[in-house]
Amino acid sequence: MNGFPLITTLTLVPLIGAVLVAGLGRDKASVARGLAFALGLFSLALALAMWKSFDPTFGALQFEERHDWIPTLHIQYHVAVDGLGLLMVLLTAVVTPMAMLASWRVEDRAPLYFSLVLFLQSGLFGTFTALNFFHWFLFWELSLIPAFFLIRLWGGPQRAPAATQFFVYTLFGSVALLLAFLAIFLATDKVSDFIALADAARQGTLIPALSKTLGWQELTTRGLATLIFIGAFVGLAVKVPLMPFHTWLPAAYAEAPTGTTMLLTGVMSKMGVYGFLRILLPIFPEPMQWLRTPLLVLAVITIVFSAGAAFAQTDLKRLLAYSSINHLGYCMLGIFAVATPGAGVIAPATQKAAALNGVVLQMFNHGLTASTLFWFVSLIERRSGGLRGLNDFGGLRKVAPVFCGLMGIALFSSLGLPGLNGFVGEFLIFKGAFPLAPCSASLSVIGLLVTAIFILTLIQRVFNGPLNPAWSRLPDLTAGERVMLGVPIALMFVLGVWPQLILGMINSTVVRMVEQLPF
Amino acid sequence: MLAWTIYISFLGALALMLLPAGTARAARAVALVTALAGLGIGVAGYAQFETGRIATLARVPWIPSLGIQYHLAADGISLTLVLLTGVAAVAGILFFWNIEHRAKEFFAFYLVLIGGVYGVFLSFDLFLLFVFYELAIIPKYFLIAIWGSTRREYGAMKLALYSFVGSAMVLVGLIAAYVVAGARTLDIVELAGFPFPHNFQMWAFPVVFVGFAILAGLWPFHTWAPTGHVAAPTAASMLLAGVVMKLGAYGCLRVAMTLFPQGLEPWGFHVLGFASWGDVFAVLAVTGIVYGATVALVQTDFKFVIGYSSVSHMGFVLLGLMTLNQVGLSGAVLQMFSHGVVAGLLFAVVGRMVYDRTHTRDLAALQGMNLSKTIPFAAVTFVLAGAASMGLPGFSGFVAEVQVLVGAWAAFPTLAVLAGAGIVVGVAYTWRAMQKAFFGEVTPADPGPPPKQLERISVHERLGAVLLIGISLVIGLCPDLLLRIIVPSFDSPLFDWLRTGGPR
Amino acid sequence: MSYLDLLKLALPETIVLLGALAALVADSTMRGLEVRFRFIIGGLIAAVGCAASIAWMLLAPGLGTAQGGMLVVDPLTQLVQIALLVLTIFTVLISMESDFTEHVGEYLALILLATVGMMFLVGSEDLLMVFISLELTSLSLYILTAFDKRSIRSAEAALKYFLFGGMSAAFTLFGFSLIYGLSGSTNLREIAVAIAGKGLDPLLIVGLVMAVIGFAFKVAAAPFHLWAPDAYQGAPAPSAAFIASGSKVAGFFIFAKVLMLGFAGAEGNGAWRDYAPGWTPVVAAIAALSMLLGNLAAIVQSSVRRLLAYSAIAHAGYMLLGVMPHNGQGFAALIYYAVTYALTTLGAFGVVAAVERGTGDETLAGFAGMSRRAPVISLCMLIFMLSLAGIPPLAGFFGKFYVFSAALKGGAPDLGLLWLVILAVGTSAVSLYYYLKVAKQLYVADPPAGSGALQVPILSQITLVLLAAGVVVLGCAPALILNLIQDAVQFARF
Repeated sequence: MNGFPLITTLTLVPLIGAVLVAGLGRDKASVARGLAFALGLFSLALALAMWKSFDPTFGALQFEERHDWIPTLHIQYHVAVDGLGLLMVLLTAVVTPMAMLASWRVEDRAPLYFSLVLFLQSGLFGTFTALNFFHWFLFWELSLIPAFFLIRLWGGPQRAPAATQFFVYTLFGSVALLLAFLAIFLATDKVSDFIALADAARQGTLIPALSKTLGWQELTTRGLATLIFIGAFVGLAVKVPLMPFHTWLPAAYAEAPTGTTMLLTGVMSKMGVYGFLRILLPIFPEPMQWLRTPLLVLAVITIVFSAGAAFAQTDLKRLLAYSSINHLGYCMLGIFAVATPGAGVIAPATQKAAALNGVVLQMFNHGLTASTLFWFVSLIERRSGGLRGLNDFGGLRKVAPVFCGLMGIALFSSLGLPGLNGFVGEFLIFKGAFPLAPCSASLSVIGLLVTAIFILTLIQRVFNGPLNPAWSRLPDLTAGERVMLGVPIALMFVLGVWPQLILGMINSTVVRMVEQLPF
Repeated sequence: MLAWTIYISFLGALALMLLPAGTARAARAVALVTALAGLGIGVAGYAQFETGRIATLARVPWIPSLGIQYHLAADGISLTLVLLTGVAAVAGILFFWNIEHRAKEFFAFYLVLIGGVYGVFLSFDLFLLFVFYELAIIPKYFLIAIWGSTRREYGAMKLALYSFVGSAMVLVGLIAAYVVAGARTLDIVELAGFPFPHNFQMWAFPVVFVGFAILAGLWPFHTWAPTGHVAAPTAASMLLAGVVMKLGAYGCLRVAMTLFPQGLEPWGFHVLGFASWGDVFAVLAVTGIVYGATVALVQTDFKFVIGYSSVSHMGFVLLGLMTLNQVGLSGAVLQMFSHGVVAGLLFAVVGRMVYDRTHTRDLAALQGMNLSKTIPFAAVTFVLAGAASMGLPGFSGFVAEVQVLVGAWAAFPTLAVLAGAGIVVGVAYTWRAMQKAFFGEVTPADPGPPPKQLERISVHERLGAVLLIGISLVIGLCPDLLLRIIVPSFDSPLFDWLRTGGPR
Repeated sequence: MSYLDLLKLALPETIVLLGALAALVADSTMRGLEVRFRFIIGGLIAAVGCAASIAWMLLAPGLGTAQGGMLVVDPLTQLVQIALLVLTIFTVLISMESDFTEHVGEYLALILLATVGMMFLVGSEDLLMVFISLELTSLSLYILTAFDKRSIRSAEAALKYFLFGGMSAAFTLFGFSLIYGLSGSTNLREIAVAIAGKGLDPLLIVGLVMAVIGFAFKVAAAPFHLWAPDAYQGAPAPSAAFIASGSKVAGFFIFAKVLMLGFAGAEGNGAWRDYAPGWTPVVAAIAALSMLLGNLAAIVQSSVRRLLAYSAIAHAGYMLLGVMPHNGQGFAALIYYAVTYALTTLGAFGVVAAVERGTGDETLAGFAGMSRRAPVISLCMLIFMLSLAGIPPLAGFFGKFYVFSAALKGGAPDLGLLWLVILAVGTSAVSLYYYLKVAKQLYVADPPAGSGALQVPILSQITLVLLAAGVVVLGCAPALILNLIQDAVQFARF
């Protein structure tokens, strides 16, 4: 504990970098880009170094740092990573340079743009490593601000309402989350540490403590706990997003500049799922269990309806946006299925572990795949002068075969083709969820089918078919782009064939998480 | 040593008066050096300070036949506010660097005001405190009346009269306390230990408290604040909202609550649901929080938004004072510091960065100016200042407001919830102002005139902004820097009533 | 007591009288010379005379009582007489730059004669002597008011003053005669003894009320103040200054002395819950009325002189608070307040005189932008205005604090006079408005276009600076004269 502050360094470096880059004048755009990208790579190196020194055997917290922050309120600065946190840190470290590369051509106020990206990265690092509510919340909110400005200042024609809606929705959710945690803070006499709260929940002392100090009106103990749970749930559900809290997403993803969308879908959406895993499940296991059925219904609705909505889209970005919602719906399915009390033939612990492993794996894989897909869309959008409709293209395979080939791989990964990374996560989720929540899992398969349909439709309309004469001169990927895109594509193959790379990191953490559930 | 903050300020004012007219540059330099010296002394005093003790700085008989002494001392609370004054003074000068018209007189009045403020925070004799307190009213009047903008003469007179009426109320209470205690002494420590009769405290407390609270912007006596702040020139509004309003809150704590603690006890009967003066003032404080925030939400003048936000934030201070527990009280003192810094910053952005360049404060007009493109530094500064004002963790306001809320929860749970609602509205009005002022964009259908070239943000403005943001961040990240001197000062004999189970 | 002893006791007054005569004679020999020069010479003579008188009192104080209390020389009376002389010197200095009259010698002589009257006034403990001195002072002041023959206002003011004064003198005399009838003596201490046993005789009440009326007129307390605004506005500036300062000090002193010494048994009680008939409730009522009327009327004035007049009425109210506790503390407070108030008002009128001479306009508009045209006297005026408003650390603030505490202390332990103190503090708060109006004109308003620096003679500037410095010093370190006053009051066995 309190050795070299690796995590703090990891979080601070992009932050300081953001300030430095922002200070560069308007005429130093290339310097700004270069510096930002270098910092992105540096963070990646740090994350990889952390991975190397990470001990995956016990699933315990590592690189822990604890300092007193506000002693009068017993608030500490407490950061650490376990397998889950480390994976998220790696995801952020990988996606951010990708997003920067995709945004390389931003001209207008480039230093500010890259500074905001670095800011966002710092906020994300902070969120994934924080273990005390107050500075976790700080970073949670902190990532909101750069995202808002990125959409607002560099986005598409409808950016103003999209950005506002994004901000207001997320803020509203955050307020609910804050209120819930303030209630807990006051009820438990100033406990705000996630680990301590999880311990209290496990020992069964948390919920009685809530009623003792917060007895409002005639709410029963269960009622009160449920109310607070819902507050926290709303805050996190908006971020994932779960339907019906998702309406901000399509507009935001579509209007955001594509580099930002990569970050939004690649990492920021994972903040919500991470929150469920880190906060909601350990601290509110019982309310989650009580509300299991409605929650599963929400997850199923999310999966199915978003797939259907994706199918109906003609704007590629919106299509992919809904597809993102769909993929994260599987994560939510997995998590809610875990909230099932012990039952079933095979030891439930194994199933739950499988489900959670799948959830975590899906988080990483989807992050990688979705951001790569949006990168492809940005490339085509730029080449076509701003068009990105499903029906605007056709037969691109003839003029840009490399592009279509690589994007096809990514699309198949998103579809869940075995051999690519998208398959393993979904498979594990279903493997764990089927025994635990058979109805929901069965209904969710519809989502898989519809996903297959719209992805194949996309491939058919955009890549195959007769060549749209407007695009007969469409340039293929440049050599540099091939190299850059090659990296995530290669990763997709690697992770598809050798998922143990990640599973090894997270398995012990997941098992520990399952063990600590009171059911 | 800390006493020199007072003397240096007055000497600086004197030096400025002796400068030949028309030398704005020299005037600025003298003023800045003086303010920096004051800040430096404050910081040095902080470094040498022994927590938990009251450090006596000067104690000589002044008017022996009446028992009045020239008694200066500092405890943790005084020291915090002295530091705030130093910071605000320097920042104010930096942000008013461009003054040309009668610069010498401006800085002279400014330094006299600063000197008076230092004096209030360091006085431990009631008479001396009152002298400095009233002394500060006159420079305020002139600063606004001569260099202000909208309705300046009206705003200045209103402020002066409200302050004077407030201090008149304090004077009545003060003289009464003096006489009742035997007309031997006006020393705060001695009077704090004097057992005033219960009935006496029951009326003296609200009179003195309200007298001071008028200056602190207690609702409904706050109406001078928005008018005054808007009318004042930037440096003056920074000082007004940043420091002068804290004089009132400090007086409430140091004088009203210390001398007449029994005034907070339950009356023994209920009127409209109130059972003690503490209840009354807590409700008024929360009303101020919510009212200030709500009214700020509908303002069309940028500066009025900030003016009302000051009323709202001061409500937190007063609420914290009424919690009567250590968490709430130390939160209140920390909020005094934090809001002083943040309010200064907000007024600096609105007044100096925006108004001086665009000559308008109307949000609708600013919306079309696309300021985030033309003066991005101002936009960034306002975003940060707005975040601090909203109470985002990492900035000083967060720690203070959470402490006040935690303290208020123990004393008045319902009011704490309402105060929390006030914070949410705070986010809303800050957001709205920021949107409209900086990030408004013209729709493609109506491009309007191209954004004109605005003067770049000067070095001094940048320095001032960095200073203020830096301090808010430092205290937000390491609040212990101040809490370690504030919290132990509540252990001193002055606050015995807090421990021997005052009302709560 | 032989005449020689009497002369020795009355030497200070005699010196001043001689000074008056000397000025008169000297001036009559200089008729042909320029007015300004004559003023300087005459003024110097007058000033020297006063200074000599002060010197005599300081160096060779002869204490004693003459003629059964008609002339009392003790430290207290000497203190007040010195104060009066200082005020006179300053008045003379201010008047030296005047241009409103050619009768220099007469003017200065009248000032000094008035001073003599005031000196006798403060030195007497006998009703008859009080009356005579009052008349000497008043008559001189009436003429001084009328001295500006070019102005019709001056004549009107003097006439009003005279008529009012005459009427009030009649009241006073009538009251005194009733008291005499009741007590059989005109000596204050003997009167006190005589009425102590008698309770509140109707005759006593009438006599008391009339005496109070007479005095209230002298100090311009409401509702007997009607002469003041016109007199202050119409009289030439030095005369107005003198009326506002010196005669106030003397008037209050004797007012308090007569009431506290002479009617010692008949005070009654002016406290809120303990009302008892006597002179305190009457004085309280007058004080309250003065404070209210003076402050409220001053708010709407546009002439600085009338503003000062109404403020004088208000301050009379505050000073009467010092009389209320009828003990030494209150008396000391009253003296301190009166003296510092006199200095301040004198200075204020001095500035008004300078501005009138320079711009010909004594309304607020004439003061516009003065801080840039005449920075020194503007600063002095600012100090005077703030002191009058009661802003620390100036003398006016401490005076108010002292008087209010003394008043409250007098009603201890149940703070009976709190209502009056609250009223005083409240009206004092209101007064800031009109004092700031003047300050606003000086510092905030812009000077009229095309106006240059104002020519203010060096002598006036020095005088005003001295007065302002005095106000500041006495405010920051009141102990300087406070101890003197308190010791003197102790000695006089109140």
